[in-house]
Amino acid sequence: MENLIALLVAAPLVGAALLLCGGRRLDRAGHWIGSLFAVASFAVAVVLFADMLGKSAEHRALHQHLFSWIPVGGFRADLAFQLDQLSMTFVLLITGVGSLIHIYSIGYMEHDERRRRFFGYLNLFLAAMLLLVLADNYLLLYVGWEGVGLASYLLIGFWQHKPSAATAAKKAFLVNRVGDMGLSIAIMLMFTTFGTFAFGPVLASTGATGEGRLTAIGLLLLLAACGKSAQVPLQSWLGDAMEGPTPVSALIHAATMVTAGVYLITRSGAIFNAAPDAQTAVVAVGAVTLLFGAIVGCAKDDIKKALAGSTMSQIGYMVLAAGLGPIGYAFAIMHLVTHGFFKAGLFLGAGSVMHGMNDEVDMRRYGGLRTHMPITFVTFGLGYLAIIGFPGLSGFFSKDKIIEAAFARGGTEGWVLGGAALLGAAITAFYMTRVMLMTFFGERRWDPEEVHPHESPKVMTIPMIVLAVGSVFAGGLFSINEAFVTWLEPVTSFAHGHSPVSAGAVTAATMVVLLIGVGIAWRMYGRKEVPAVAPRGSLLTRAARRDLLQDDFNHVVLVRGGEHLTRTLVYLDHSLVDGAVNGTAASMGGLSGRLRQLQTGFVRSYAVQMLGGAAVLVAATLLMRGV
Amino acid sequence: MSSVASVHSLWTVAAGAPDRIPAPRIEYAQLSPTLIVLGAAVVGIVIEAFLPRRSRYYAQLLLSVVSLAAAFAAVIGLAAGGFGSSKAHLAAMGAIAVDGPALFLQGTILLVSLIAVFTFAERRLDPAAHGNRVDSFAAQPAAVPGGTAEQAAVKAGFTTTEVFPILLFAVGGMLIFPAANDLLTLFIALEVFSLPLYILCALARRQRLLSQESAVKYFLLGAFSSAFLLFGVALLYGYAGTVTYAGIAEVVSDGAKQIDPALAGTMGNDALLLIGGALLLMGLLFKVGAVPFHMWTPDVYQGAPTPVTGFMAAATKVAAFGALLRLLYVVLPGMRWDWRPVMWGVAIITMLGGAIIAITQTDIKRLLAYSSIAHAGFILAGVIAASRDGISSVLFYLAAYSFVTLGAFAVVTLVRDAGGEATHLSKWAGLGRRSPLVAAVFAVFLLAFAGIPLTSGFAGKFAVFKAAAESGAGWLVVVGVISSAIAAFFYIRVIVLMFFSEPKTDGPTVAVPSALTSTAIAVGVAATLVLGLAPQYFLDLAGQAGVFIR
Repeated sequence: MENLIALLVAAPLVGAALLLCGGRRLDRAGHWIGSLFAVASFAVAVVLFADMLGKSAEHRALHQHLFSWIPVGGFRADLAFQLDQLSMTFVLLITGVGSLIHIYSIGYMEHDERRRRFFGYLNLFLAAMLLLVLADNYLLLYVGWEGVGLASYLLIGFWQHKPSAATAAKKAFLVNRVGDMGLSIAIMLMFTTFGTFAFGPVLASTGATGEGRLTAIGLLLLLAACGKSAQVPLQSWLGDAMEGPTPVSALIHAATMVTAGVYLITRSGAIFNAAPDAQTAVVAVGAVTLLFGAIVGCAKDDIKKALAGSTMSQIGYMVLAAGLGPIGYAFAIMHLVTHGFFKAGLFLGAGSVMHGMNDEVDMRRYGGLRTHMPITFVTFGLGYLAIIGFPGLSGFFSKDKIIEAAFARGGTEGWVLGGAALLGAAITAFYMTRVMLMTFFGERRWDPEEVHPHESPKVMTIPMIVLAVGSVFAGGLFSINEAFVTWLEPVTSFAHGHSPVSAGAVTAATMVVLLIGVGIAWRMYGRKEVPAVAPRGSLLTRAARRDLLQDDFNHVVLVRGGEHLTRTLVYLDHSLVDGAVNGTAASMGGLSGRLRQLQTGFVRSYAVQMLGGAAVLVAATLLMRGV
Repeated sequence: MSSVASVHSLWTVAAGAPDRIPAPRIEYAQLSPTLIVLGAAVVGIVIEAFLPRRSRYYAQLLLSVVSLAAAFAAVIGLAAGGFGSSKAHLAAMGAIAVDGPALFLQGTILLVSLIAVFTFAERRLDPAAHGNRVDSFAAQPAAVPGGTAEQAAVKAGFTTTEVFPILLFAVGGMLIFPAANDLLTLFIALEVFSLPLYILCALARRQRLLSQESAVKYFLLGAFSSAFLLFGVALLYGYAGTVTYAGIAEVVSDGAKQIDPALAGTMGNDALLLIGGALLLMGLLFKVGAVPFHMWTPDVYQGAPTPVTGFMAAATKVAAFGALLRLLYVVLPGMRWDWRPVMWGVAIITMLGGAIIAITQTDIKRLLAYSSIAHAGFILAGVIAASRDGISSVLFYLAAYSFVTLGAFAVVTLVRDAGGEATHLSKWAGLGRRSPLVAAVFAVFLLAFAGIPLTSGFAGKFAVFKAAAESGAGWLVVVGVISSAIAAFFYIRVIVLMFFSEPKTDGPTVAVPSALTSTAIAVGVAATLVLGLAPQYFLDLAGQAGVFIR
């Protein structure tokens, strides 16, 4: 069975190679080829899943070792896979949602002349993401980590003819580099600390390592997670990343890649468990981001950017849960999976709306679309109910557990975290209701002469329906007998949190804040007419529209500061480094010119030199012996 | 008194020579790779004598390819039969070793030669022969360059098909060279492969004077170095009373047990051992092109027909380093502390000298010649390691390097202008704009020469330096890395020249080769990338082959 693991990665990789190297002759079939390889990978995942279910919990983890790339001394760079329950969860999510989005893209990208290339990049992304979650060591994980970064860059900037898309791609890439730097340094530290990269030995030996080292590694891993998962302070790229085609936003910037940070923290759980300071930093980042993203989401009029704020906020929940340790890991992953369903569904719904509205993204120019796009309305609506945590739907189960676990952290910290999570839930209800109302309800604010809203083709609606079904039932299904927690327990370990408030009270409070959030939104956007041009708004609103001034902050502090630093370095480079380098090069060149004079072209002088050389050789040999 | 006595005893011993000479026992199967190649060479001569001119080319090509492939298959068969490891032993009365390094090197030489045959047989490149398809070799080598006889031969479309049997003779000698297990066999093998090479160097179709000059230089200097080598053999015989490697090694480590009465005055005299050993080393260092015995390399590489240069640069180096390894590891391990410091010095000046002088070269073939000198220095660093890792790293390096070299010289044959191959570097400017594929392939080879990761050059250099560092020669590695940095300059400079310079209006064109040269280049690229991406399998293979039979 373990031999199938490599196939998971190989299938989309072959697809990407075919599509990207195949040239124009594959233009007509490219989208089918791409989807086929995605679905093939999903099929293999299902086979492996079925096999895994048939085994007892302790024997479920599989290993596959392909080869070692130049082992030197204690350094081993292995291409080896590990498929355990945690990886399996991700593999199913990635290949499943990935396949659906491939199919959706067939319709969405129908009129794009670079469609083959788009599917090639999507396949490349799948391969890299699967490598990331299947790697059995940090070094290989890093390969996948960089691979998804590359795919994300290529796809955000897919419409490179738009300067805004090109800039957004560059921004995402640069911000991610900061996080990647953290991961690479963390991996180097691991090697010097543990002498290996493999998950098994690294995570098993945390007990015997100094806490200072572990805290440093933990903080660096957190930095990496912040970059990839758009957490404060490296969150600024996600909003701009919406410049990419909507299926990309759904797959990469909502359902899968941005959750890689959560995977990294959960996978490295043993390190964080042994480094409480690092864990505190993780929960702080999670709590801040979940509020930050939610506030940004409230102010955006661009439907995709509102959803992007929401993604940031929801990943904040996951990071918060992952920072809580064994009482939270399983819920972080559970929320990750349910979020994968409903957020992908919401994005596909947004894409479907844009598809019918001539690529308009401003929600102030929507309104009353529910009658024109019934399927989109229903699926989007189910996703909406799921994300705000409507009782019985997926988000309800997973988010409720996280809020409960946050309270269970204990002490003041528990109250602060729990309060933040509750507040986040209220704001979530507010901004999602706002999106829903502005898009599907109220008066139409578009010109029927210019746009003709229509339902999307089946190839797009069917993936939306499938995801909506997941949004509705996944959470409930996972919660029967704590099925999901039991499934993950062998990998992440699990402990029941002891909350100072009862579970029922938490649920009740969640319901109350939910109703408050929905109510306020209804008052502001349901009862009143939505103005087609955004009002000036309060100071907070204006700040939130500018992403809470994050770009301004980055510009003043990092860009300006960086420019000064660069200027100084350039000066030093020109005067000192270049001087030394050019001097060395010139002297080498001079030496070379002089030495080549020895090559006279006369055989007689060659022979004399050989004779001299032989004499020296003999003399040196004799000298060594001292004869 | 004693000398009179020894002369006397010499006569009496000679007079009392045994009355029966035992018939030598020859293990034909184990020597089959060499025998196949030499046999095919003889058949090739017969073909030259009896077949009509127009069918000779095809017959020779077929014969060469089939014989080299068959010999390679024989090597594989022997290796599979365990002769590389458990059944390794001395064949032909102890004259030839059949062991891991020998088989590995013979396999490499045969593969390289097989590909070299493809470049020898290329007949699509040279257009200036009145519509006849001709290769890189002179129409009638014996004719005076520029004379009427030559013109007539060109007009008639003659080609020198003798190059194929000559090549096979050279290959035969190279197969014996690294397997030779006594000094006389070593010397004979040296001459068997050197003489054909001298001839091949003189056979260029274009720039014949340059070609002939290079051949004469090579011959004179080669003969000169052979004399040193032979003198070294004589001194070692005087020291040990035997020419077999095992016999000498025994005397070196344990001292002479039985003093041969005829050599009573010299046996066990360390001065003879040291001087003889140094001269022997010199003869081999000449063949690998180590400084200060490298002078012939640039002139010969430049003057020889380019396919011959490629073959020579690749296969000669493999054979000569093989012989050097065996000499140092089998004959002289007992005096490791004498030869290692000297060889350190040779390695250092070879690495630095090759890299530095290459900087100011303006001819691509001379550039590659100096590059090969620098590489000889890198390989020497592995040779000196005097460990099993050292052997395997050198074996790997040789295999990796020979394919890169062959491929690079094959690309050189493609870039031509009206005067034949355009080897002056200024003519390569902007080649990447006009012929991106050829320039990209050449760039791959240059990167491999420079030792950039993901090419075979990196894996080889890494293995060699690692072995050297582990044997305690850390500063040798430092010098090696510095030389690599210097060398990277001129490799990258060619890449910059090809891709980032404006093409010249009267620049050369890239000839479209037949499948033969294309195959050679493709194999070169494939080997470069495979050995660079997944070197471990081949490193293991070289590691298993890294034990000399004594």
